[in-house]
Amino acid sequence: MTCAARGIHSVVCIKQVPDSAQIRVHPVTNTIMRQGVPTIINPYDLFALEEALRLRDDYGGTVTVLSMGPPIAEEALRRALGIGADAAVLITDRRFAGSDTLATSFALSKALAKIAEDRPIDIVFTGKQTIDGDTAQVGPGIARRMGLNQLTYVAAIDALDPAKGEITVRRRSEGGVQVLRSKLPCLITMLEETNTLRRGSIQDMLRAARAEIVTWSAEEAGIVDPMQCGLRGSPTVVKRVFAPQPRADRAEMVAVEGKSPSEIGEAILDLVFAEAPKLEADLATRFK
Amino acid sequence: MANASKTPPPANSRAAMQMRLAEKYKDYRHVWVFIEMERGRVHPVSWELLGEGRKLANDLGVELGAVVLGPRCEATKAVIGETYHYGADVCYICEDPLLTDYRNEPYTRALTDLVNKYQPEILLLGATPLGRDLAGAVATTLQTGLTADATELKIAEDKSLAATRPTFGGTLLCTIHTLNHRPQMATVRPRVMAMPEPDRTRHGRMVWHSLRMVEADIVTKVLEFVSDRQSDKANLAYADIVVAGGLGLQSAANLALVQRLAAALGGEWGVTRPLVQKGWAPPERQIGQTGNTIRPRLYIAAGISGAIQHRVGVEGADLIVAINTDPEAKIFDFAHLGVVADAVKVLPALTEAFARRLTSPEPAI
Repeated sequence: MTCAARGIHSVVCIKQVPDSAQIRVHPVTNTIMRQGVPTIINPYDLFALEEALRLRDDYGGTVTVLSMGPPIAEEALRRALGIGADAAVLITDRRFAGSDTLATSFALSKALAKIAEDRPIDIVFTGKQTIDGDTAQVGPGIARRMGLNQLTYVAAIDALDPAKGEITVRRRSEGGVQVLRSKLPCLITMLEETNTLRRGSIQDMLRAARAEIVTWSAEEAGIVDPMQCGLRGSPTVVKRVFAPQPRADRAEMVAVEGKSPSEIGEAILDLVFAEAPKLEADLATRFK
Repeated sequence: MANASKTPPPANSRAAMQMRLAEKYKDYRHVWVFIEMERGRVHPVSWELLGEGRKLANDLGVELGAVVLGPRCEATKAVIGETYHYGADVCYICEDPLLTDYRNEPYTRALTDLVNKYQPEILLLGATPLGRDLAGAVATTLQTGLTADATELKIAEDKSLAATRPTFGGTLLCTIHTLNHRPQMATVRPRVMAMPEPDRTRHGRMVWHSLRMVEADIVTKVLEFVSDRQSDKANLAYADIVVAGGLGLQSAANLALVQRLAAALGGEWGVTRPLVQKGWAPPERQIGQTGNTIRPRLYIAAGISGAIQHRVGVEGADLIVAINTDPEAKIFDFAHLGVVADAVKVLPALTEAFARRLTSPEPAI
């Protein structure tokens, strides 16, 4: 069956992350205080989810969400179902603990292969990066492991031809935008602020509350070699975690007492040019 | 020793793991930098990395290699020459028309083949859209460790690469090693490392490599490239004067005050992450951990509290001036000049003061 007949099957990889705005560091031990920190779906992943839902609006098909994490990550998947995803899979196993990006892409690609046994996958979506790891490495890792065409930093999907299995996207590159034509199956990492996230319908929310989250252990996800998982499957080792050194000297404060904004402006200028005389000279020539 | 009083990590923890390099990796030697070239233009982060790579190579007593992939043309030839000026001893070159535009497949093939053949111990790339796309694919193919967005690179006592990076949105720093795999890979964001002075008298060796691919092997085609030079896209990272606003501006309309001061100084303007999230400014204007890292000669922060996420993106500035109503704001901990005042009032005054001084016929003393 071609994907034109059954619609598009997208799988969106999401991660449950601590809400970074609320993270506190223990003043003595320099460790992250996770207690009571609310968790959210990694914000970048929401743009990927929305794009997958849009493809389903236009071409029909299915959106599956996939996450790797502790059992509590089920919450994030349920939220995604509430936004409109059709099915959710959680892979959770103590053996995944301590995974770096290489081990994470290994476990996720195994789970994706297992999902594809039931229904072939046309597009794997991920966010641009996560807000806790900030690496942007897991998406390319999955693409490489699964032999998917790798389309990162996608700002827009311009065209999709399910019959031909062709996709045209706009990819952000450093000096501009590349318009790329590629083939399904592919992996897309979606850029932020490229679409507007929908609110789920009442029906979606009700369904999400009752939905079964498919939960797989490493073995159930088809992983036969635990040496490639978790700590043992991670070539990188975190040797040290520490707080940034505070700078010894605070800012020199400009006296503002009883001064008008315009006098403050002049005072700032005097100090800036006293600190950076060359800058004043350069600016003066620039304005000649 | 500052660390002597610290409790050593338990023997079974990750941090206590020691290097046990497999036999097949023992001959991996030399430091490599991938030179990011798009349409004949080298991304400056590549020169910054050659500067950093030079130090690492000197510490290890090995060579610094530059990897140049691109079409055979005058521009590529010029770039090869420049890699030596910025510190490379040897340049690994793969010239092929298939490498004209960046595409993951042929670039991943060329770089992994080169690594497998010449076996570098360290491979550095810029943390740009291109560098991150390529590094992720290459590290997975080689099944080796990759550290994203390193802010400091050092050679450890056991001669492995210690890559330090911010974690948890910059609240903490962590030092990452790739113990048992080679090469040790890391990406570094533009402007995090200093730009080295080029030495125009330096020369080096060339090693040629052929791609061995045909267009039919490559699934993804580039239909078009829309250059940012035709639009007004920001070049924040490399601006020498930057003015930025935070939540202290109080309204989207007040962002114009920031833009006016930046324009008066011939600089660029930016914002903090909350302003992007509010939709006041596009993501390419964001400064900080998940936005642009800047290193201007003058940075003016208006109504910015100075969260660590912001701090890590601006610390490289020569002179930081902070304007904030809150005398306890964190920004005063790392700014050089602090002004406790309402940025909305001071910005227009500052713009006028600069304009008056800079256009005044009186010579500056």
